[in-house]
Amino acid sequence: MANVISDETLEYVGILAKLELADDEKQRAKKDMEEMLDYIDKLNELDTSNVEPMSHVFPVNNVFREDEVVERDGHEETLANAPERNGNSFVVPKTIVGD
Amino acid sequence: MKQFETVIGLEVHVELATKTKIFCSCSTAFGGAPNSHTCPVCTGMPGSLPVLNKKVVEYAVAVGLATNCTITQNCKFDRKNYFYPDNPQNYQISQLYLPICRNGAVEIETPDGGKKTVGIHEIHMEEDAGKLVHDDWGENSLVDFNRSGVPLIEIVSEPDMRSADEVIAYLEKLRMTIQYLGASDCKLQEGSMRADVNISVREVGAKEFGTRTEMKNLNSFKAIARAIEAETERQIDLIEAGKEVVQETRRWDDAKEYSYAMRSKEDAQDYRYFPEPDLVPIVISDEWMEEIRSKQPELRDEKKARYIEEYQLPEYDANILTGNKHLADLFEQTTEICHAPKKVSNWLMGETMRLMKEADMEAEQLHFSPENLAKLIGLTEQKAINNSVAKEVFQHIFAEDIDPEAYVEEHGLKTVADDGQLRGTIEKIVADNPQSVEDYRAGKKKAIGFLVGQTMKATQGKADPGMVNRILTELLEQ
Repeated sequence: MANVISDETLEYVGILAKLELADDEKQRAKKDMEEMLDYIDKLNELDTSNVEPMSHVFPVNNVFREDEVVERDGHEETLANAPERNGNSFVVPKTIVGD
Repeated sequence: MKQFETVIGLEVHVELATKTKIFCSCSTAFGGAPNSHTCPVCTGMPGSLPVLNKKVVEYAVAVGLATNCTITQNCKFDRKNYFYPDNPQNYQISQLYLPICRNGAVEIETPDGGKKTVGIHEIHMEEDAGKLVHDDWGENSLVDFNRSGVPLIEIVSEPDMRSADEVIAYLEKLRMTIQYLGASDCKLQEGSMRADVNISVREVGAKEFGTRTEMKNLNSFKAIARAIEAETERQIDLIEAGKEVVQETRRWDDAKEYSYAMRSKEDAQDYRYFPEPDLVPIVISDEWMEEIRSKQPELRDEKKARYIEEYQLPEYDANILTGNKHLADLFEQTTEICHAPKKVSNWLMGETMRLMKEADMEAEQLHFSPENLAKLIGLTEQKAINNSVAKEVFQHIFAEDIDPEAYVEEHGLKTVADDGQLRGTIEKIVADNPQSVEDYRAGKKKAIGFLVGQTMKATQGKADPGMVNRILTELLEQ
């Protein structure tokens, strides 16, 4: 039941994850992914048709915050993480919406 | 020739009127310096933990109840994964599997005066992205994360609309409902309400839908109407030329009245949704739901009916007054003080709207107090000032919210109501204008108009025209 990851699938996952892999990395990634799918297949052997999907591991719900502003002028702290800044803004490579 | 019909469904994003963001305590206020309302959560710093704003859930449930949805009492958030610089986490926290509201419907009025139901497929909660600023000459774009994490609800309709008029009626209905709930100000121009329009065409009578396109960047009702018209035409042209409509997202350029296909953000639209592990499930108990329901304000349709019933207003007045929450509030507050609903309605629908139009203002920008309008109405009811003086005084109320009683006193605008004083003035005018008196007595009743005019002039417009007429007639008939 061994799963096989094709070159196309690896390429596609790479695009989605924005990763470029060297050839030896590709081989290792393929092997990892195949083993992961095998593991999922193993889990799928269990009949879960009467089990409700779990949405969270903790038996906790309704953790809320009241709608109250905690004043903080965060821009210096925030911008300290910017690889590049211009005034109070982050600088990123040019992106154009549309066209 | 084949007959086509347009099939339209809407995805409407509404920015909720909370004070803070959906998952952190940063302010949602407009106008701060770039990145001034940010923290590790809304800039996606590793290790930060989102905590849900309770008010967001309450607003979403309120909108769901008002649009006849079923509330998903066990709901949760999911991650939508994509890379784009306005999204610092590389995912948007949204709801895919268990949206908070489902299976709703609203009733709209169609242009022919009929009624139609538009289904609501679902409403889900999600976070807004940051803002990218592009300059035309540079190599870079700038990012401001102040909007990142601002709470949104996305209202997804069923493909139930068939024309631009129906789309606008539906949007008006949503806007009015949400404004009445206070859940958002719903301003299209400012982006607190955004509509993406899914359009397809099919031959009349066909059972299957055609291939649809999604139109973005629609910032006004007029732009929406123009875009629907243009896209319908474009799709019909393609089909009639034997070509196929491609399923794609298009961007509307309202200045050019033209749309073009948007380049997809990165090859595939594969968002790999999965349950958001950083947020625990939300359980909306019956009690909580009832509490929200009990706090629902009176919505537009009920308010309209009440205006007709309780205040005896004509339907026309009730329709206009309730067409804007702010105007309706002003009406009720003023009527509460002066108990003259029709007079209040007349001032709001007449002079107020005229001056608003002149100044290109919206009702939200009105800043005069109900007290001062009520006082003005009081002055006219007591006949302390006449109508033309009242209009003049109202302009100052409208502009500067002046106290009309003090203003009238200060400027000596009170109607000359003293019978004796006015009678003296009129007697003098009658004596000074024998020709008019003779004309009147000879049967030219119109001559009285000149004498009224002279009297108003002599009293600087302050005389009560009714009284002037009465005294004049009395003197002339002698």
